[in-house]
Amino acid sequence: MAGRRILGLALVAVACMVAFLAIGLRGDIAFVLQLRAVKLAALVQVGVAIALSTVVFQTVTGNRILTPSIMGLDALYLFGQMLMVFLLGGVGYATLDPQLKFAAEILLLMALACALLLPMLRRRLDMGLMLLAGVVCGVLFRSLQALLARLIDPNEFAVAQSASFASFNAVRTDLLAFAALVTLAAVIVVWRARHVLDIVALGADAATGLGIHWQRTVTGLLVLVAALVAVSTALVGPVAFFGLLVAALAERIAGTVRHATLLPAAALTGIIVLVGGQALFQHGLGSGAPLGVVIEFVGGIVFLLMLLWGSRR
Amino acid sequence: MIRIENVSLRIRATPILRDINLTIPKGGVVALIGPNGAGKSSLLSLIARLRPLQQGTIHIDGLPVDRTPGPELARVVAILRQDSTVASRLKVRELVGFGRFPHGRGRLTAADLEIVDQALARFDLTDLADRFLETLSGGQRQRALVAMAFAQDTDYLLLDEPLNNLDMHHARELMRSLRAIADTRARTMVIVLHDVNQASAYADRIVAMQNGRIIADAAPLDLLTPDTLETVFGFRMRVEIIAGKPFVLHHL
Repeated sequence: MAGRRILGLALVAVACMVAFLAIGLRGDIAFVLQLRAVKLAALVQVGVAIALSTVVFQTVTGNRILTPSIMGLDALYLFGQMLMVFLLGGVGYATLDPQLKFAAEILLLMALACALLLPMLRRRLDMGLMLLAGVVCGVLFRSLQALLARLIDPNEFAVAQSASFASFNAVRTDLLAFAALVTLAAVIVVWRARHVLDIVALGADAATGLGIHWQRTVTGLLVLVAALVAVSTALVGPVAFFGLLVAALAERIAGTVRHATLLPAAALTGIIVLVGGQALFQHGLGSGAPLGVVIEFVGGIVFLLMLLWGSRR
Repeated sequence: MIRIENVSLRIRATPILRDINLTIPKGGVVALIGPNGAGKSSLLSLIARLRPLQQGTIHIDGLPVDRTPGPELARVVAILRQDSTVASRLKVRELVGFGRFPHGRGRLTAADLEIVDQALARFDLTDLADRFLETLSGGQRQRALVAMAFAQDTDYLLLDEPLNNLDMHHARELMRSLRAIADTRARTMVIVLHDVNQASAYADRIVAMQNGRIIADAAPLDLLTPDTLETVFGFRMRVEIIAGKPFVLHHL
């Protein structure tokens, strides 16, 4: 049953990828295909990274509403970026090796995410408090980023600004190979941890009783989430509600919370929404710009509905 | 054998447990009784390393609970917490299957599935096996959690108020099952009970706690006397001996 649903999702995902590559091919086909293939690889990666990071994050925090981006993780990443521009200057920042820079940003985000989230998890804050804390953190980092933006030179600001808006059209292809390595490694780790994630979902006490070293496991999983958030934010910028939308859809489609089914379902749903949506908007309707807006709009509505229906856990 | 030596626990400045020393030999049923806030649940949490030890040592079969790797300890001792809330969309069979996690890290072998089926049958859950937990009543869910602890197949089973939410029939069935498991498989049960009559009927030994201390520790017949009960619970109650077991008329 679950296997058939995953297979169905996989077929739809492949169809979306083919559509993305094939719709409206004109001119130098080899050139266009190559261009599109690179972009497809980036979109697939972003879809998978956001989907998996959201599912893992929701399992660790024990709720179905919080996502890394609602907790301000991507704002944190952008703040880190702006901080680097501020400290190094626009030229210094632009001349840094992008992969080295990316690696440094990932490590920074991992450390900050753990420093921020572990105390919250240790105190077992309830959902409402976590949500509130997350919103406050998000606002704080966005404001700090805005403050830095005011302090720096307009030219340097342009360098930093281009990184801070979600754009599925202008994906950063220079980081693609490096990001793919990170994503792949994270996917393997998440998949191997699928049974552990099932146990973590039972909560700290039950998991400890079943032999999970809670602190160590949760820290490891948060580091993983941070890496995935860094990948997606670096490639396309922050997206607030995409993860929530995908995780909620995947749980409905999979019909189970067992991670052996939920993880692939979420990853495939992420690919379908992102690649399918992009194919529709960019090639079908002739403009890719609204996809980010539409995803945020639908995701925001899902968020509100989930709050209203009280599926807080 | 569970060996607890000089264990004290404070939460902020409040002492919860004061210098507890207790040895529980292998095999049999030990009931922990005492008024609310006596420290029973805290003691159980410490034994099951759900809380870090602050002072003193606890060994289970020679393994120090604070230094033994989690998976190893999880094959020796299982705990059912009082306020376990499992809210996610899981089927009863899946939940019980999680009890096998310490043995196979999540991969269920045929032998594991056999044990899960046994656990389901023993706690009268076979008909509910494919129901989602969220569709069950509190008592049914409680039985599913007990079955999960049982499926963990450990020598030591710590149960914090397992009779919560259970009707008379299922409370009796559960206590009889636990007794039978202790007898036929030489398992050790430590059970926090509020109903002293259940303790009287099914326990080999009763440990009474009050205000963070153990104040009595004896077989039911010796412990359940009006005098001891008054020191533990603070009021006098009549005790009758029926069929060789003390019967406490605590509600009159």
